[in-house]
Amino acid sequence: MQDDAFIELDGVEKVFDVRKKTGFLKRERRQVRAVDSISFTVARGEMVGYIGPNGAGKSTTIKMLTGILTPSAGRLRVAGIDPSRERKRLAHRIGVVFGQRTTLWWDLPLIDSYKLMHRMYRIPDGRYRENLERLVELLDLGPLLDVPVRQLSLGQRMRGDIAAALLHDPEVLYLDEPTIGLDVISKAKVREFLREVNAERGTTVLLTTHDLQDVEQLCSRVMVIDHGRLMYDGPLAGLHEVGESERTLVVDLERELPPIEAAPARVVKVEGPRQWLAFPAGESAAVLVARIAAEYPLVDLSVREPDIEAVIAKMYGEQAEKAQRAVS
Amino acid sequence: MAERNALLDGLRAYRLIAGMWVRSSMTYRTSFVVTVFGNLLVTGLDFVAILLMFSQVDSLGGWSLAEVAFLYGLSVTAFGIADLVLGSMDVLGARMRDGSFDTLLVRPAPVLAQVGADHFALRRLGRITQGAVVLGYALVAVDVDWSAPKVVLVPVMVVSGAAIFSAVFVAGAAFQIFAQDAAEVQNAFTYGGTTLLQYPPTVFGKDLVRGVTFMLPLAFVNWVPAAYVLGRPYPIGLPEWTAFASPLVAAVCCALAGLAWRTGLRSYRSTGS
Ligand SMILES: Nc1ncnc2c1ncn2[C@@H]1O[C@H](COP(=O)(O)OP(=O)(O)O)[C@@H](O)[C@H]1O
Ligand SMILES: [Mg+2]
Repeated sequence: MQDDAFIELDGVEKVFDVRKKTGFLKRERRQVRAVDSISFTVARGEMVGYIGPNGAGKSTTIKMLTGILTPSAGRLRVAGIDPSRERKRLAHRIGVVFGQRTTLWWDLPLIDSYKLMHRMYRIPDGRYRENLERLVELLDLGPLLDVPVRQLSLGQRMRGDIAAALLHDPEVLYLDEPTIGLDVISKAKVREFLREVNAERGTTVLLTTHDLQDVEQLCSRVMVIDHGRLMYDGPLAGLHEVGESERTLVVDLERELPPIEAAPARVVKVEGPRQWLAFPAGESAAVLVARIAAEYPLVDLSVREPDIEAVIAKMYGEQAEKAQRAVS
Repeated sequence: MAERNALLDGLRAYRLIAGMWVRSSMTYRTSFVVTVFGNLLVTGLDFVAILLMFSQVDSLGGWSLAEVAFLYGLSVTAFGIADLVLGSMDVLGARMRDGSFDTLLVRPAPVLAQVGADHFALRRLGRITQGAVVLGYALVAVDVDWSAPKVVLVPVMVVSGAAIFSAVFVAGAAFQIFAQDAAEVQNAFTYGGTTLLQYPPTVFGKDLVRGVTFMLPLAFVNWVPAAYVLGRPYPIGLPEWTAFASPLVAAVCCALAGLAWRTGLRSYRSTGS
């Protein structure tokens, strides 16, 4: 697809043999196809969101891209390197952040973890100082450098982990659920930073998430994976079209009223003075709100983004329909 | 050449990570001091048990106190060295279960070095110190006509023994990757192993001795070479040269352990979620 394919996957699969205790002494063997024949390429400098519900195969894909796991089938290259064969050589060129586990040293001040990276990755002194300075500035780490990691909040630790993954100037940064469990402000900081790094250094970024907002605010390209299969690969706007996804407007009126009429939005639920309206994700919420405010006694309102499960469910419906049309 | 670089890389990574652990443990200074002394005390009790036994009988299976001390000192010192260098390999099981092993695999350093240095603890110097003191006493007290080969054999035994115990640790770690949580199995091997080696071979049945010599080359840590040094009959009538075979046995053990480790690492499958 691109001339400068930096990450290449061709028919990549990962099958796990799972043994489960089913009774006293009885064990059942089962195969889990965590990643099922996935192909895509990512160009240098792209910022891609890799989304899907829990258990979709996102982490497994990242683990294959970093060389932690060997694919069961297919071909996989990162910067021309076969990750699981040349893990150590690849390590110098990639940065990895796992949302749920920190690589920082629990009992030591944050800066000590960075000094270890400096020596372990053999980062030239000047380069290390420059990078550290810039990362500390962008991620607001200045006051945290001398604090033992165990005393940091989850959001602070995540920022610390992201900096640790970037000190050696990796060409690609993988983030597995970087915003999981973070508060709104930390999420915003992390997103802002990733945008900056991508623009400033041209670092290729691949992030997995099940939070559509991460992708909405960061990625021009999104891939949707479910049950190990790639369901969609393209711009985010296209995803809403394909999935015909809907956003939800929750309005609180002054008193109980009959369902609001404001096409193309439709009321899906009424609970006393509160009403839920679904409207196409492509429509402007502002226009809709203005219209309702003009005709109804509005007290409060909020907009809910479509969640990834809903988008995928729609996608399946769509596919089934197409298949049926093809048959008839 | 590539092999040599990997070795140097490994040593360097080991040093870096071990340094981080030492500094981590220093952040709790009092508990550090307490564990160092506690460790010395606990391992010392082992030898006290042997002393108590000798207060009841003059010899154990025909071996004098000094001779038993010789066996004990050699085995504990060798084990202590291996334990200091690779003794935390049983946290590998926990790392495997909680998924943090993944993060070691994305570092540009040999995984074995990273795992070996994991939870490095200076308090383990306690065991080495205690082994060395007992060995020192034995070397003075034991009634031996010190010839050159016998003098050379003592450090050779300690180093080979440490290498053999290390190989057992590494093989155990490799096995943990297969089994994904078998820390207990490995401990039975090594800790069980040292207790056994502290008593002279004639105390045990012939079959057991034969099993230990051939199945677990751990016996080469001290029984066979010690029999040579002390001028005693060899267990199960082995030829005399076997006393000098311990470096060879150590090298074979290390090679096999390395192979097991590589195979184990290749079979690693991470954890879900
Ligand atoms: N090491 C493993 N052993 C067995 N099953 C696994 C392993 N890793 C992942 N799986 C299974 O593969 C599927 C995909 O998992 P994962 O890639 O972690 O999903 P995601 O990151 O999208 O939530 C799940 O069904 C999970 O249970
Ligand atoms: Mg995951």
